[in-house]
Amino acid sequence: MGYKTLIGLEIHVELMTKKKIFCNCKNEFGGEVNTHVCPVCLGLPGALPVMDKEALEFGIRAGIAFNSEIEKEVRTDRKNYFYPDLTKGYQISQADLPLCKGGHLDIEIEDGVKRINLERIHIEEDTGKQLHTEDGTSLLDFNRCGVPLIEIVTKPDINSAEEARLFLEKLRSTIKYIGISDVRMEEGSLRCDVNINVIHDEKKIKSRITEVKNLNSFRSAVKAIEYEEKRHKELLEKGENTDNETRRWDENLNETVIMRRKFGASDYRFANEGDLPAIKIEDTWLHEIKENLPELPHEKKVRFMVEYSLGHYEADVLTGSRELAAFFEEIYKHVNDSKLLSNWVMGDVLRRLKEEDMEIEALHVSPKDLADLILMVKDGKINNNTGKKVLRDMFESGKSPEIIVKEQGLIQISDEGALEEMVERILDANPQSIEDYKNGKDRAIGFLMGQIMKETKGKANPQMVNKMLLDKISLR
Amino acid sequence: MDIAKLKAWEMREKLLKKEISSTEILKSHLEVIDSVEMDINAFITVDRENAMETAKLVDEKIARGESLGVLAGLPIGLKDNIMTKDLRTTCASKMLENFIPPFDATVVRNIRREDGIILGKTNLDEFAMGGSTETSYFGNTKNPKNLEVVPGGSSGGSAAAVAANEVAISLGSDTGGSVRQPASYCGIVGIKPTYGMVSRYGVMPMSNSLDQVGQFGRDVRDAYLMLKGVSGFDPLDGTSSHKSGVNFELENASLKGLKIALPIEYRDLRVTGDEKIREVFDNTVKLFEREGAIIQYVSLPHLKYALETYYIISTAEVSTNLSRLDGIRYGYRTENYETLDELYTMSRTEAFGEEAKRRIMMGTYALSAGYQDEHYKKALKVRTLIKNDYDKTFEDHDVILSLTSPILPFPFDSIINSPVDMYKADLYTVPVNLAGLCAMSLPMGEVDGLPVGMQITGNRFQESKIIRAGYAFEKVVK
Ligand SMILES: [Zn+2]
Repeated sequence: MGYKTLIGLEIHVELMTKKKIFCNCKNEFGGEVNTHVCPVCLGLPGALPVMDKEALEFGIRAGIAFNSEIEKEVRTDRKNYFYPDLTKGYQISQADLPLCKGGHLDIEIEDGVKRINLERIHIEEDTGKQLHTEDGTSLLDFNRCGVPLIEIVTKPDINSAEEARLFLEKLRSTIKYIGISDVRMEEGSLRCDVNINVIHDEKKIKSRITEVKNLNSFRSAVKAIEYEEKRHKELLEKGENTDNETRRWDENLNETVIMRRKFGASDYRFANEGDLPAIKIEDTWLHEIKENLPELPHEKKVRFMVEYSLGHYEADVLTGSRELAAFFEEIYKHVNDSKLLSNWVMGDVLRRLKEEDMEIEALHVSPKDLADLILMVKDGKINNNTGKKVLRDMFESGKSPEIIVKEQGLIQISDEGALEEMVERILDANPQSIEDYKNGKDRAIGFLMGQIMKETKGKANPQMVNKMLLDKISLR
Repeated sequence: MDIAKLKAWEMREKLLKKEISSTEILKSHLEVIDSVEMDINAFITVDRENAMETAKLVDEKIARGESLGVLAGLPIGLKDNIMTKDLRTTCASKMLENFIPPFDATVVRNIRREDGIILGKTNLDEFAMGGSTETSYFGNTKNPKNLEVVPGGSSGGSAAAVAANEVAISLGSDTGGSVRQPASYCGIVGIKPTYGMVSRYGVMPMSNSLDQVGQFGRDVRDAYLMLKGVSGFDPLDGTSSHKSGVNFELENASLKGLKIALPIEYRDLRVTGDEKIREVFDNTVKLFEREGAIIQYVSLPHLKYALETYYIISTAEVSTNLSRLDGIRYGYRTENYETLDELYTMSRTEAFGEEAKRRIMMGTYALSAGYQDEHYKKALKVRTLIKNDYDKTFEDHDVILSLTSPILPFPFDSIINSPVDMYKADLYTVPVNLAGLCAMSLPMGEVDGLPVGMQITGNRFQESKIIRAGYAFEKVVK
C-alpha cells in the first residue's frame, strides 16, 4: 500500500459583521492605524465585552452550512497567553463547548464524492497586528482586535494536497454563499494552518505531526503540503522521524522552515469568561436563521442537475459561486437552452475569468447582453465564430452585441444568390482543390471554406456555404 | 453648623430647602480633609478643583429652579479602582501609578447624571486584594475610630473617608467582603448589592464573577441613597441585570414577623478568641426577637467549603484579570529588558506587590493543565452547591443574620504576614459573593471601644428586605 498522508486543517475566517464582536467599533478592513478602537477592544482596565448577536448568528450560519450540531447554550472561555498584539492577556474563545460540534463538507474527487468531517467550529475574537520596522522596533495596530472570527477544525480526513485544495475551494465558496465573510486570503480574512503526518500501515510506522503556518494562498498550502509529505516520507525511509514542531511556509525558499518545537501540549489555562453570561440559542431564532439562509451550494447543485438537466461536473462548476449561478439562471430566462448556455458560460466566459483572474462580479457583460448574443448565434444572425469574436469585444468594451454587430457589419450573409455566385467563382479559381477532394482529401473543403470566409470577413453562413460547396463539386 | 457631620440625606434635604448650598457642603468637607487627611490617609487623589466646579454647577441648577438628581451636592469618594475620565486611577498599585483613564466607569457617569460631586479617589489594598488596605502602594489608611488599627479592606479608604466625615458617602468594590468588612471596622454601613445590580463597566476587575460595586454611608439611609444613585441596568455590562435598580420606602420598615435564618455552620466555624463579639451578636439576635422577628437556625452544609472555594475561584480570575497589565500598552514598564519575555517578567515583578503576586501565582496554579480539574473546576461545582444551599434557605426565610467579621479591627502589621489568618477573616462575607446575593453590614455595638458589625444577607435582588430590616434595626437601637 505504501504511505498514507493525514492532513487536518484549521481555518480562521473573519466574519464581516457590522461591528466588532464585543464592542461597538466598526468592523472594517484597513483604515488609519488604531482608529477603530475603544476601551473594550484595547483591553483598558474595567472595560467589559458584550456579545454581538450578529457575530453569533454568522457563526450559526456556518454551522448550519457545514451540517454541524449547534450548541443550545453558548459559553465562552478565556485563553490565557501573553503576546503584544493581545490586549487583555487572554483571547476570548471557546474551549470545551464550541458553538458548533461536528459537521462535514463533501468534495468532488476523481473517484467521486468524498466526505471531509469537521471536528468543530467555534467563535472567538481576532487579535491586533504587529508591524516590524527596519530599525528593529515593533509597532502595534489594534484595529483588528475584536474582529469576530470562526475557527473551523477538520478531522484528519484529507489525504493529499489536491484534496486539501478542493476542500479549501469548496469551503471558501460555501462561506461566500452564506454571506458571512469575503474570505480573502490576501487580506487575511481567511487563514489556514495545516497539520500533517504520514503513516505506513504495513511497516507500522508513522511520522510525528507537523503544524505549518503562514500560508498566504491556497497555492502555498498545496505546495507546503507536498513539501511536507515528501519530507516526512524521506525521514521515515531513512529510519528517522519528524519532530513535533511548528513550521512556516517560506515563499522565497519554496520550502517550510522551522518556527518552534512543541514541548508537550501548550497550556492556555482556559477559564470561564464570566463577563459574558451563557446565551441560550432559542429554537425560534435558530429556525429563523435557517429560513433566511440562502440556498447552499450542494442544494443548488442538485437543483441545477434536475432543473437544467446538467451533468455532475457542469452543475458543480456553475454553482461554484452564488454570483456565477445567478448569472447562469438570469441568462437562462432568455435563452431557455441549458446545454447551449452551459457551453458558452463554461467555455468562453469562465476561460476569460481565469485569464483575467477575476470574479464573475467584475465582468462587464450583463446576463441580458450575453443572452442576446447567444440568441443571435442560435438564430443564425451571426455565425458561431463571429459570436465568439463579438463576445471578446463585449468583454473589452462592455457594449451590447447588437451595437458591436451593427458597428462592424457582422450580420451573417445568408443570401443564397450572393453566396452561390461566390462559391462558383472560388471553385473556378481552385481546380486543384476540387481534384484533391475527389481524391479523398477532405481537407480541401476546409481550404475552400476559408477562402470564402476570407472574402466575406467571416460573415458567410458556414452551413449554407458547406452545403453549396459539396453540391457544386459533385456537379463538376 | 458643621455640615460635614450631617448625614448625606440631611445635607440633601437642606440643599433642596436652600438652607445650604452645594458649594458650602463641599467646603465643609474640604475643611475636614485639610484637618484629618494627614492622619487618616483615606485618599490617593483629592480632586478639589473639579469638585468645586461641579458644586458650582449644581448651585446654578438650583438657582435656575431645575430638578436635581438623587445625589445632588453630595461629596462622594470613589475607590481608586473605579475609572474616572482624565483623573488618575491607580488601583493603589505601582503598576498604574500614573494611569489616566480615557473613559468613565458607568457608576461615575451615573453619579454625574445624579448631580453628585466626585471629591476624590480613595485608598485600597492593591487591586482590591487584601482585608486591611495595608497592601496599597500609597501607604496605610488609618481607622478613624482608632488610629492604631486598620480600617479594614480592601475598600479601607472609602470606609475611612465616610467615617471621618471627609465625604458624605462613597463607593467601594466588594469581591469577598471588601465593602462590608471595612464598614464593620469603621463603624459605618456598607452594602454589597446583588451581582448584576450595579454596573461593573469601568471598574478594574479583581474576580469578575464575584465583584460588585458597594456603597458606604454613615447610616442605612445614606448607603441606600448611594445605591439608588448608581444602580440600574447597563448595556455595557453583559452581567448587568434588567432587575437592577432600587426604589422602595424605608419609613414603614419593621422587624415584626421578619423570618430570620441563623446558619448553624457559623456557630461551629467561629475563629477562637471572639467571646465578646459573640456576646454582642447574641444580644442583637435577642433584640430582633423582642421586636417580633422569627429566628430559626438553619443548616447550609456547604458553607464549610466556602473559603477554599472562594480563594480558588477568586485567585484564578485574578490571574487572568491582571494579565492585561503587561507593560506593553499602558502602566508600568521596566527599563531592565532586552527580550519580550523580560519585558513582561520584569515589568510585572517590579510593579506588583507581594499580595498581588501571591494571588496571581495561586490562580495560575489553579488554572494550569493537570490541576484545573481538581481545583478550578471542582470549585465551580462547590460554588453551585453553596448557591443551592442559600436558595433553599431563602425559600422560607427573609434574611440571614451573621457577624460581618469574626475578629475586631486589628493593629497594623499584625496579620498581614500570615495570609491564611487574613483569609480566614473573610469567613462570613465570601459565601455571599459566591452565591451572588446581596448583603449589608451595619454597626451593632462595640468591643474594647472598637466597632462590631452585623451582616444581613438577602436573596438575589431582595435589597429591599435587607435594607428595610437594617433601617428598622437602626431605628430601634437609636
Ligand atoms: Zn472597540
